[in-house]
Amino acid sequence: MAKTHHVHIQLNGGTKEADVDPRLLLIHFIRDVAGQTGTHLGCDTTSCGACTVLLDGRPIKSCTFFAVQADGRKIQTVEGLTHDGKLHPIQEGFHQEHGLQCGFCTPGMMMSALALLEKNPNPTEEEIRWGISGNLCRCTGYQNIVKAIRYAATKMQQKGAAA
Amino acid sequence: MIPPVFEYLRPTSIADAVSLLQQHGDDAKILSGGQSLIPMMKLRIARPAWLIDINHIPDLSYIREAGGFLKIGGLTREADLENSDLIRSKYPMIHDTGRVIADPQVRNLATIGGNLAHGDPANDHGATMLALGAEIIATGANGPRIIPIENFFLSIFSTALEHDEILTEIRIPIPAARSGGAYFKLERKVGDFATAAVAAQVTLDAAGVCTKVGIGLTNVGPTPIKAGKAELFLRGKKLDAQTIAQAAQLAADESQPSSDLRGPAEYKKGLVKEFTKRALARAAERAGQ
Repeated sequence: MAKTHHVHIQLNGGTKEADVDPRLLLIHFIRDVAGQTGTHLGCDTTSCGACTVLLDGRPIKSCTFFAVQADGRKIQTVEGLTHDGKLHPIQEGFHQEHGLQCGFCTPGMMMSALALLEKNPNPTEEEIRWGISGNLCRCTGYQNIVKAIRYAATKMQQKGAAA
Repeated sequence: MIPPVFEYLRPTSIADAVSLLQQHGDDAKILSGGQSLIPMMKLRIARPAWLIDINHIPDLSYIREAGGFLKIGGLTREADLENSDLIRSKYPMIHDTGRVIADPQVRNLATIGGNLAHGDPANDHGATMLALGAEIIATGANGPRIIPIENFFLSIFSTALEHDEILTEIRIPIPAARSGGAYFKLERKVGDFATAAVAAQVTLDAAGVCTKVGIGLTNVGPTPIKAGKAELFLRGKKLDAQTIAQAAQLAADESQPSSDLRGPAEYKKGLVKEFTKRALARAAERAGQ
């Protein structure tokens, strides 16, 4: 048994504290320690992107990062998207444009989309495909995912203009 | 998949990290971006007893020109290279390379120091740095030392770094006027390693004669390969189509690919030939020919 480390991880606006074994992966911290099961573990080999979360605003694969590395840092998952019980424009886009079928890749896909739109609020189709190139979907053929992210971009820009 | 048990250490200075490496010897590994190491630990191909996380050491992540060199800190993320205006405008080959390494999530963590220190011939920066004539700064107990890139890669997963040294900086001589470079890679899908890839960097004189050239090859041998015969052939010549084609054949002859799931060896040699042509043509175009 290795020496455990006490970590404080900012998760979706709250702080989760725990003693963690160094080999505990961030995905297992999020799901099993913090009990937030929105983030999915897919391939477990850094390929599929289902486990994508934002680390200080940048998307990473939480199956390839230790929880102890996230000590003191900010993690955002799909649970952090809704505000006051209202769907985020990205979630609304996936709903409206049918951006999913089985839904397994969706939480990671939406986190990559969020990071993309925060950096580039009005992306072209090519830029969207580039932004989600680390996320695999075996159902949709990506067409409706691209449409969903376009929908969200338009909606977020309208919101920004109204505010 | 859960990695084997290890102890986690978090030094906050290079001196402390080096002393931990000396203390724990070959049982210790440096954790930089972790995007190769952690998957290898999960597959239990790598079993370090001690992980030394260098991410809390300040001043190891930077991209700047100073003293005639472009200096890149070992902890600089691939995404920072990809988003750097200096890299995009002045070092287009590094920009080309950064965009085809792994995928966006991996590039947010993966570091250029890790990419090189891992010594994987499939990693992309090896060829790029060979083409650019880079120097590796390795810092150990006696301070930093310079390793020319052509002496850095020894064999598969093996480099000239000593077990108690950390790759702290990459130095690239600032290219003269009328220089350009390019990187061409074939990958089966985003995130895959190269089936083959070629980096080319050239400097031309006012008459369009090639005065300086570097060519590096990715994943076609036990280490990244410097195509020295092709370079020698090109020096002092104008880069017309025929000259480029002859150099491309020389580079293909210097590659040593193996047949595997990405394709047969002959096919990969064909790729090296074609990509050498394209990379030299693009490099010359960027040099302003």
